[in-house]
Amino acid sequence: MTLNQISIFLENRPGQLAEITEELTEAEINIFALNIAEASEYGLIRIIVDDTDKAMSVLQENGFLATVSKVTSVGVSDKPGGLDAVAKIISAADINIEYMYSMIRQKDGLAYMIFKTADPEALEKALAAKGVF
Amino acid sequence: MGKFYQQETECMPREEIRKLQGERLVRIVKHVWDNVPYYKAKMEAAGVTPDDIKGLDDLHKLPFTSKEDLRETYPDGMLAVPKNQAVRIHSTSGTTGKRVVKYYTQEDIDCWSECCARAIVAAGGDENDIVQVCYGYGLFTGGAGLDGGSHKVGALTLPMSSGNTDRQIQFMTDLGATILCCTPSYAAYLSECIVERGYRDKIRLKAGIFGAEAWSEEMRHDIESKIGIKAYDIYGLTELGGPGVSFECEEQKGMHVNEDHYIAEIINPKTLEQLPNGTQGELVFTNLTHQAFPVIRYRTRDICVLNDAPCSCGRTHIRMAKPMGRSDDMMIVKGVNVFPSQIETVLIDQGYSPNYQIIVDRVNNSDTIDVNVEMSPERISDNLGRIAEMEKSLVAALKAMLGIYVKVHLVAPKSITRSEGKAVRVIDKRKI
Ligand SMILES: [Zn+2]
Repeated sequence: MTLNQISIFLENRPGQLAEITEELTEAEINIFALNIAEASEYGLIRIIVDDTDKAMSVLQENGFLATVSKVTSVGVSDKPGGLDAVAKIISAADINIEYMYSMIRQKDGLAYMIFKTADPEALEKALAAKGVF
Repeated sequence: MGKFYQQETECMPREEIRKLQGERLVRIVKHVWDNVPYYKAKMEAAGVTPDDIKGLDDLHKLPFTSKEDLRETYPDGMLAVPKNQAVRIHSTSGTTGKRVVKYYTQEDIDCWSECCARAIVAAGGDENDIVQVCYGYGLFTGGAGLDGGSHKVGALTLPMSSGNTDRQIQFMTDLGATILCCTPSYAAYLSECIVERGYRDKIRLKAGIFGAEAWSEEMRHDIESKIGIKAYDIYGLTELGGPGVSFECEEQKGMHVNEDHYIAEIINPKTLEQLPNGTQGELVFTNLTHQAFPVIRYRTRDICVLNDAPCSCGRTHIRMAKPMGRSDDMMIVKGVNVFPSQIETVLIDQGYSPNYQIIVDRVNNSDTIDVNVEMSPERISDNLGRIAEMEKSLVAALKAMLGIYVKVHLVAPKSITRSEGKAVRVIDKRKI
């Protein structure tokens, strides 16, 4: 499934993550997935939430620099080889993965992974063809 | 042809301007000789008397005036009229050493207001306009200068002074301001706020007159495109009387010097020789009409070029380029001359915010230069690698411009402290 992901630019200093989660909690926004990518002086926090528009306006009102991009969530069976099967489908479809991480929530015995690719639509099609959603 | 505040003067044939300047120079030199012992002593030391000054061609005989002269004679050693004829002072914001105090007679203020009125009319203003002045009022010349100009034009003046951005934007939208006057860094900040709050369609601004600090062409385009106005430069120094020494016309190709009130010269800052028009050098100004506190051949320290080619606007007064930098601003880092304006040009070119801070230091006897750059919405990505690549290309572009390695730090938006007046761009820890 294609989802909206918010990426927030942060300087690497203590307390930045807490500031963001606090603002979102106060606005009653639910975070489904969270991932941190860091360079030496700055980083990105990527989140998937229940209300992207509201989260964006909360973040911008509080002076954070954030951007929305499309990512793909994929249900991976929570047993050995589950991720491997999905990775094979993606590689066979010749789709390049920019980065990936896992969702906090599990559902129906499936672990949900988030994939960022240049072409979310192509990825979704390739997965659907193999019965993966 | 555009509109003029004083067409006859602003479009006077050049020979007539030079003749007028010559006559006024003779008069002002006599005035300071008679009334300012400090000037008389300087002229005597240079072996020149008022009798030697017969016209413009004799200007080069006169000694220069420096900021140090003005500080040395603080507070009233250069006053050229009895104090009871002066009606107001303005003063520089000098944080180091003594301030410079400029005195004005009522006539001086009227001339100054006319100079600013010419700038407002050149920016498309008339009595139907609403002019929002958010330069500081008080000792600073910015507020009083444009306020006076706006009154002469007959526009409705909003004397906002600087700061309180919420109130600025509220008045701007509620009262429908059409011309904005402030520092370029504050204009950049205001336009960012206007866009962020979604007020772009609620404002009625058509033009801005921005001065009192150096700004680049890129910064102009940035402000112009953000809020849909034409941004005009205006030049002046407190020592000369304030803003309105020169101003841009609709051509936006150099600022017309109000030559009936000022003589502009370019000199070689080392040999102090006059240089021909079109040559880069230090800008020097002489007050021709100021009665209370005229300065003769004042060295501005601004590096600049004069252009006497005819302008399509119809004004005949000589144009000065945007100063390339102040010799005060110039830093020597690793033996290389660095102007903050060069760094600003690269930042805007590369899509970063024009809000930055330069930190120069000396580590193990070697100079270091760091630039804190605010991350901009145009440069954010969900991909860290892409941000790092853009950072690398910024470092490369800075190296290409300056010839030295600059360490770049990407910081969060609005994390660099902004003064709502003049921006603090450079911290040189080597001097602390
Ligand atoms: Zn012109």
